[in-house]
Amino acid sequence: MPGDAGMGDMADLNERALAKYRNDFLREVEERVDEGHWVKMCMQCGVCAGSCPFGPHWEHSPPKIFLMIRAGKREAVLTSDSMWMCTSCYNCVVRCPRKLPITTIMHGLATYAQRLGLAPKVQPTRDFSIIFWENFTRTGRANEMRLMLRLWFKEGFAAGVKKALSMRDLGLAMLRTKRMSPLEILGGHGVKDVKGFQAMIRKAKEIEDRRRGLSG
Amino acid sequence: MAKKEYAFYPGCTSHYRGSASNYLVSVESMCKTLDVKLTEIPDWNCCGASVSYAGSGELARHVINARNFALAERDLPGQDIVATCAACWLNARETKEQLGASAQLLADTNEALKEAGLQYRGESEVRHMVEVLIEDFGYEALGEKVVKPLEGVKFAGYVGCQTNRPFGIAGESFENPMYLDRLVETMGGEALTKYEQKVTCCGGALAVSEPEKSQKQIKDIVESAYDHGADMIVTPCPLCQANVEIYQADVNRKYGTKFNMPVTYYSQLMTVAYGGSAKEAALDGQIIRATKLEEIAAKPAKK
Repeated sequence: MPGDAGMGDMADLNERALAKYRNDFLREVEERVDEGHWVKMCMQCGVCAGSCPFGPHWEHSPPKIFLMIRAGKREAVLTSDSMWMCTSCYNCVVRCPRKLPITTIMHGLATYAQRLGLAPKVQPTRDFSIIFWENFTRTGRANEMRLMLRLWFKEGFAAGVKKALSMRDLGLAMLRTKRMSPLEILGGHGVKDVKGFQAMIRKAKEIEDRRRGLSG
Repeated sequence: MAKKEYAFYPGCTSHYRGSASNYLVSVESMCKTLDVKLTEIPDWNCCGASVSYAGSGELARHVINARNFALAERDLPGQDIVATCAACWLNARETKEQLGASAQLLADTNEALKEAGLQYRGESEVRHMVEVLIEDFGYEALGEKVVKPLEGVKFAGYVGCQTNRPFGIAGESFENPMYLDRLVETMGGEALTKYEQKVTCCGGALAVSEPEKSQKQIKDIVESAYDHGADMIVTPCPLCQANVEIYQADVNRKYGTKFNMPVTYYSQLMTVAYGGSAKEAALDGQIIRATKLEEIAAKPAKK
């Protein structure tokens, strides 16, 4: 599975978070999750839950997650599959009467769960998310060919070949319409200053970890 | 009319032989008629799209987007940045808004950008191409360039999510934005204004990771276009275009439907209405051919 390197570090981070925040999960979310300071503003109206295109597939809807955070249900929230169902459609955000940036909070919770090693292990969007991040930070630009191949072959060679064969009609159509370039496999397009690009990302992570008390 | 110039942020899918290369080609043709000069931001990078969030917290994502602003401010000063992709526009705009609201975020961003020898000053605006069309030209001026009205063609205007939410186009509602319909009418086509799936989510990136759940969305979007008698769907978003077009075969297999609905870009409509050829409108980039547009493109101009 992608992104599972350093499980020891993750477990260590989780232990330290537990020791630091004890039962105050709300404070942990406020300090460490993107836009987490908004969580306490939720008034449980449920408009977001009813506006979500993938709503029926969420075990815990956003208001439920917000309530669980306030109730200190730390493990149930961070191991939840639900945040990974967000399609980034922003329907909840524009309808929320309290204007919570729900999309960003869901992404943030998912990211924090991943960081601590608590995210569900079998979660296709989690895999895709990490593969996408690794894909575009390698060259500075997303490479669609490599992205697809990596996704198809993530379960191994045989599964990848099977997936590739099942997609061959679409692949041929994309080639025919000049919307796919096999040459991208060889390296593909990217920014010229890859070094600077990657250095600034490293720096950003370092600063943010320091601000959030996540540095080693 | 004097030439208008913009710093162009094409995004990853629009490059040569990317999945939205037909969008890029038709935008270039459309801009030629409108006398718009697009200068690519030198060395622009990916915005992070919607789904890469698990790789980092928000600061790194703002830094990535701030880099494009910094490059535009340095190399193309005074020009607005124009994005054609909904996600590129959304992410850049989100960064601009957040950095404008927090002095600490701004300082942290610039500390990271220094690693790439850059600085974000917040001087450039980022706009979607649709905003440029509506605000810098206006429907009337856009209509004056029409030489082949798209008469008799019925369009389901599928706005989708990210061109519409959370920012949207000024003066439009989130629930029922009208600009795409008005653009269609300006080009002489028939806009199916009662098309009720116009702001439904296509599944976005989850069309890849959660195909079955997304195909349900795509089925609704295409089915409603048929119910309203559409000849084709038109959209401003490259991910909407790709998802709604390329997964129709999967939807057909799963639901026993016989969908074969073309999904085009507003820029393809405009290129054809402005007298461009099928090739200039990149109609050869459709997996499901937009035959009604091809027919108009093949006819001689009326005036």
